[in-house]
Amino acid sequence: MYRSHVLVCGGTGCKSSGSQEIIDKMQEEIKKNDLSKEVSVVQTGCHGLCSLGPIVVVYPEATFYSMVKPEDVEEIVKEHLLKGRIVTRLVYEESMTDDGSVRSLNDTAFYKKQRRVALRNCGVINPEVIDEYIGTGGYEALGKVLTEMKPEDVIQVLLDSGLRGRGGAGFPTGLKWKFAMANEADQKYVCCNADEGDPGAFMDRSVLEGDPHALLEAMAIAGYTIGASKGYVYVRAEYPIAVERLTIARRQAMEYGLLGDDIFGSGFNFDIEIKLGAGAFVCGEETALMTSVEGNRGEPRPRPPFPAVKGLFGKPTILNNVETYANIPQIIIKGAEWFSSMGTEKSKGTKVFALGGKINNTGLVEIPMGTTLREIIEEIGGGIPNGKKFKAAQTGGPSGGCIPAEHFDIPIDYDNLTAIGSMMGSGGMIVMDEDNCMVDIAKFFLDFTVDESCGKCTPCRIGTKRMYEILENITKGNATLEDLDKLEELCRYITENSLCGLGQSAPKPVLSTLNFFRDEYIAHVVDKKCPAGVCKDLLSYFIIPEKCKGCTLCAKVCPVGAIEGTVKNPHVIHQDKCIKCGACMEKCKFGAIIKK
Amino acid sequence: MKSLEELKAIREKMQGQVGVRSEDAAQTRVVVGMATCGIASGARPVLTKLSDLVQEKNMTDKIAVTQTGCIGLCQYEPIVEVMAPGKEKVTYIKMTPEKAEEVFNRHLQGGQVIGDYTISSVK
Repeated sequence: MYRSHVLVCGGTGCKSSGSQEIIDKMQEEIKKNDLSKEVSVVQTGCHGLCSLGPIVVVYPEATFYSMVKPEDVEEIVKEHLLKGRIVTRLVYEESMTDDGSVRSLNDTAFYKKQRRVALRNCGVINPEVIDEYIGTGGYEALGKVLTEMKPEDVIQVLLDSGLRGRGGAGFPTGLKWKFAMANEADQKYVCCNADEGDPGAFMDRSVLEGDPHALLEAMAIAGYTIGASKGYVYVRAEYPIAVERLTIARRQAMEYGLLGDDIFGSGFNFDIEIKLGAGAFVCGEETALMTSVEGNRGEPRPRPPFPAVKGLFGKPTILNNVETYANIPQIIIKGAEWFSSMGTEKSKGTKVFALGGKINNTGLVEIPMGTTLREIIEEIGGGIPNGKKFKAAQTGGPSGGCIPAEHFDIPIDYDNLTAIGSMMGSGGMIVMDEDNCMVDIAKFFLDFTVDESCGKCTPCRIGTKRMYEILENITKGNATLEDLDKLEELCRYITENSLCGLGQSAPKPVLSTLNFFRDEYIAHVVDKKCPAGVCKDLLSYFIIPEKCKGCTLCAKVCPVGAIEGTVKNPHVIHQDKCIKCGACMEKCKFGAIIKK
Repeated sequence: MKSLEELKAIREKMQGQVGVRSEDAAQTRVVVGMATCGIASGARPVLTKLSDLVQEKNMTDKIAVTQTGCIGLCQYEPIVEVMAPGKEKVTYIKMTPEKAEEVFNRHLQGGQVIGDYTISSVK
């Protein structure tokens, strides 16, 4: 038995900042100090605070070390593990109190308002060891369902819990399962959508990497409930760590007989196959996903028939996303009432968000539904860097919209977000400050949609391209007010006529920014100015002669030789040569260069 | 896996170990002095003994066994402090693995402070 556990984060964020090296070094040092029998090194999933990685947590003290480097490992082992002295210089600043002692992580601003349900095991267990999952109560929900509950009971629990799909649209999960259960067929399927494609979103990846068994367990529960013996996890190949851990988890579950034939002696058989996606965004759309699993090119098809009637291989199928599944075992064990006690009237439970953009604590947070944007950004997220002003938060990725500062206190749930023209989406949240140009943001998402449109239906294939061209004209100062009307008309047309969710929601980033930031569009079109100073074609760099000391630095860094001047005399930028790269402004020590 | 009993057996085996990774203000903290003085007078076997016992009995959710630096009473090492929420700190001195086991059985499990081993027994 080990008296101390050293948890090293093995999520993609920390891995890419070198956590594997830390694990190796840690094991080596522990061996050197003869602590191998006392201290165990555990690789876990994501802790959430990705901006501070690599993260190392030492239990039982629950000491949270951040930004650990391989050369710090020796000190941690010699001081902390051997002598019990916490290495305070490495401790996460927030968890230090003024008197130099270490406070509980749950009292830090980042974790205080979080409630970890889907992420409960992420950063706690080793995802590659099934026994650790079982040690935290894993597979007990499956055991309970198979031995004590009828399929109708499971559905009732889910309906009572109020769980809604975490993938975007928020359809009640219990209802989805009920439809699939009601349809008679010789074969049914359970599918998991792990094709997380929104730029900046990594909630599902973290669950797969940190707690893969929770997904497998929930899918088996789903199989029993709707009467399916086969499940598919559709996961993108760009998530190599997730794929590897999922594969290990599946093998271990098979070995233990928690997947396979006659699980818990109940006569229920269930097998799961892992399908790799090639990374097409459209394959996150349910019908396209199933077409891809079938081995065809990933293109959507019209609904109805809905998957619950005619899904994978033409059989009744349910499709849920990873986070939705991750909630289910705990709902079964702790009860519908426990789950529905969290959240708002129509949105129960918690939601995981991937915080990114202009925010101090970039990372993964899980909060009860109904938490306000202000709490997420100012408290949990630690505010906006460099004292800049909040402008908007983008949720739902290319299918969502913005929440502007005027809605800073809106409680985040499905219906509130829809009401203001955004959507929950899978949970990406990109924070923007005063330096972000909203037209440019809309253009960024449209660029993404144009790339990812599968091309099957005309409104999406051609319409998004035309929208992109108009946006490009706006950012270049070549658009007229008529173009804005045309843009809005296109938005309406594409929304109404596209075949699948990708096209139907593609205009949302434009509509939402047009709605909340119309003045910025007008500034681009009428005044030919970009208020945030982002759109290069509408900007010029100038040197203020009074401030320029003639140090020649700007002339030296200018890549195109557009700056002229002699030593100790004010310099001048030749506008015809300037490519607006901003290098001169960055280098000027006197603040003599401005853009306008 | 053919029965719930098998699952339960694994859970019980693992619960104590995974439970080390919990953090709860309501936990009783058992702190062993592990500075040079403590280590030199044999604090490590005391620490491992206490840690093992707590895990074996699946009490990691209630008790956290941790280490600390020099308490300042080097002549009385190995020192073990027991801090239960809402109760006064109890300091045991000159611990051995055997005495530690006794502390675990009588104090941590039974709630009975062993007066003979505490620092207040020193005259």
